[in-house]
Amino acid sequence: MASLKALKLRIGSVKSTQKITKAMKMVAAAKLRRAQEAAEAGRPYAERLEAVVSSLAAKVGGADNAPLLLKGTGKSDVHLFVVATSDKGLAGAFNTNIARLARRRADELIKQGKTVHFYTIGKKGRGVLARLYRDRIVHSVEPGDLGKLKFDDARGYAEDLVARFEAGEFDVAHLFYATFKTVLTQEPTEVQLLPVPVPPAAAADAGGAVVEYEPDEESILADLLPRAIAIQLYRAMRENAASEQGSKMTAMDNATRNAGDLIKRLSIEYNRARQAAITTELVEIISGAEAL
Amino acid sequence: MLHFELVTPEKLVRSEDVHMVVVPGTEGDFGVLEGHAPFMSTIRDGELQVHRSAGGAVETIRIEGGFAEVNARGLTVLAEKAE
Repeated sequence: MASLKALKLRIGSVKSTQKITKAMKMVAAAKLRRAQEAAEAGRPYAERLEAVVSSLAAKVGGADNAPLLLKGTGKSDVHLFVVATSDKGLAGAFNTNIARLARRRADELIKQGKTVHFYTIGKKGRGVLARLYRDRIVHSVEPGDLGKLKFDDARGYAEDLVARFEAGEFDVAHLFYATFKTVLTQEPTEVQLLPVPVPPAAAADAGGAVVEYEPDEESILADLLPRAIAIQLYRAMRENAASEQGSKMTAMDNATRNAGDLIKRLSIEYNRARQAAITTELVEIISGAEAL
Repeated sequence: MLHFELVTPEKLVRSEDVHMVVVPGTEGDFGVLEGHAPFMSTIRDGELQVHRSAGGAVETIRIEGGFAEVNARGLTVLAEKAE
């Protein structure tokens, strides 16, 4: 049995760990609230833009001169996986889950004879993927604190991706991130980023009235598509920010509870050891007295 | 009154009823009053003028990149930056 002193030290150290995890949990809760508000604040823009792009795409989409970003290269040989994770750990399985989904999809495509490349956003996702696909990672960026992310950052990544697409580096791009469902569940999600998917248009949006365009539909669409990609990236990273904090909160709550259990167990052990020491001392005194 | 909304990716900047808004379109500025025909235009970086009432004070908002849409519900300006 461990000595009394060692046990006492151990309890002290677990207690201070518990204090830290408790503080981290509260910080995550505060950040989560802010991240959720930010995610909601961005929704009107994304919804409007999406509606306009889909109605325009429905008009122009079939044409031969449709923008490259919309109609794609016509092949699906080279796939680019844009895997958005965070730069920091200590958030439970948040980063691992996203990377795992990307890995599973990558393996499926590789089995079909396709080429898969990775474009990682966030240190942690890169770490997991580099172990298996080191030479397939074409580019990595580190966004820093997801909560402080600005639209300009997302636009920078989007411009880079569009430039790579136009240079013919890949045919299809998929985006991986975690959708924030509740504090307890964050769902790893995959969406197609490029070519821009065309959702079934919300027909008769203008109530049948003829809409005038300035400049023409094609030019507006060409102007909007890169923005649509940027907004999708931005939205994914906002979701990630909320998911990361939610996941961190749960992980830290578990850690705090585990530390509590450990302290309870160690305290019992400590009390037993102390009681044993007292008993031994008593036995010594009594047998000493009897010997007289 | 014209219902006017200005949104950026980060937040909903304005949502209010105004008299008229002058938007810096790519092919020239255009004013939008209540009952404007459905219209869509990209915008250039410039100043958005908000007239709260006829002949009243004019408020200017600097916007960058995006587009404006006029439909039966009013005017929606989507800008990447607004201040």
